[in-house]
Amino acid sequence: MRDFVLKRVVALVLPFVTMLGLYVIFHGHLSPGGSFSGGIITGLSMIAFSLVFGLDRSQEKISERMMTLIESFGALWYGAMGLVGILRGTSFLMNKGAGIPLGEPGKLYSGGLILLITLGVGLKVASTMVTLFVSLMEEEEE
Amino acid sequence: MNAHIADLLNVVVLSSLVAIAIAVSYVKDLLYAAILLGAYSLVIALIWLLMNAPDLAITEAAAGIGMTTLMIAVISKIGRKGE
Amino acid sequence: MSNKIAIILLVCIGLVLLLAISELPLYGAPDNSAQNYVSERYIEGAVSDTGALNMVSAIVIDYRAYDTLIETTVLFTAVIAVFMVLKKAPDRKGEPK
Repeated sequence: MRDFVLKRVVALVLPFVTMLGLYVIFHGHLSPGGSFSGGIITGLSMIAFSLVFGLDRSQEKISERMMTLIESFGALWYGAMGLVGILRGTSFLMNKGAGIPLGEPGKLYSGGLILLITLGVGLKVASTMVTLFVSLMEEEEE
Repeated sequence: MNAHIADLLNVVVLSSLVAIAIAVSYVKDLLYAAILLGAYSLVIALIWLLMNAPDLAITEAAAGIGMTTLMIAVISKIGRKGE
Repeated sequence: MSNKIAIILLVCIGLVLLLAISELPLYGAPDNSAQNYVSERYIEGAVSDTGALNMVSAIVIDYRAYDTLIETTVLFTAVIAVFMVLKKAPDRKGEPK
């Protein structure tokens, strides 16, 4: 897995794969896709980096502790977004009824809570995949 | 799209699905079996696309092809070490 | 011998599954049971209710947001299970291993 051609090709392609994943996450309310698929694509790009360049170099980019933190706070973020509805006096996870500005349909900011929740869950899914993969790989290398 | 062409495409896609599913059971190496399962997911993603469900197609392509193949490959290596 | 039994069982299961498929409604038929007032309500009201053009996102994260909350928890539980099985406990100083 330390081939020169592989390294160069992966270094060329990976930024675009990461951008595709982030695009799918950010446009989850406008185009097909969403938090889960975009998060998995983003996570796959990080996994490909650690497969080709080694686990140590990927740990330098984003440490395992950071990944665990992102993952835990992604789950909490969803619940916190749901509490907005309760604070505004309506029910849990309320979007339009809680008075959140919906924006103009078709623009990047539209859908109120949907964009924020998609962002949190997408990052959470990406870090979940990376964490699962890294812990399995570490088990294998020992 | 012409109805006949759509029917023909459906037949080709579904029969290749069956062929891949049978081929998985004939492969000895676990890594090849995992890669064949990835091909199976690719065909299923095509089917979702033919049924006008691009949302599912993207998820199937990402999770089925990428994640499942990787996880099966890594886990099969762990099991081999224990033998 | 066991090969033959397996093949017979597989054929039986396949026949049952084919029978079940023949009972399914046709793809895209106008009188499907899926096309009732619920889907009509979603199709008509998704954009004005949520402001999202992608109706799947609108349903998953707005109308059925509670489902998705539990779904993310399932992923979280999977990671916790993998950590429980694979991770070594850190030392007292906080250093891993």
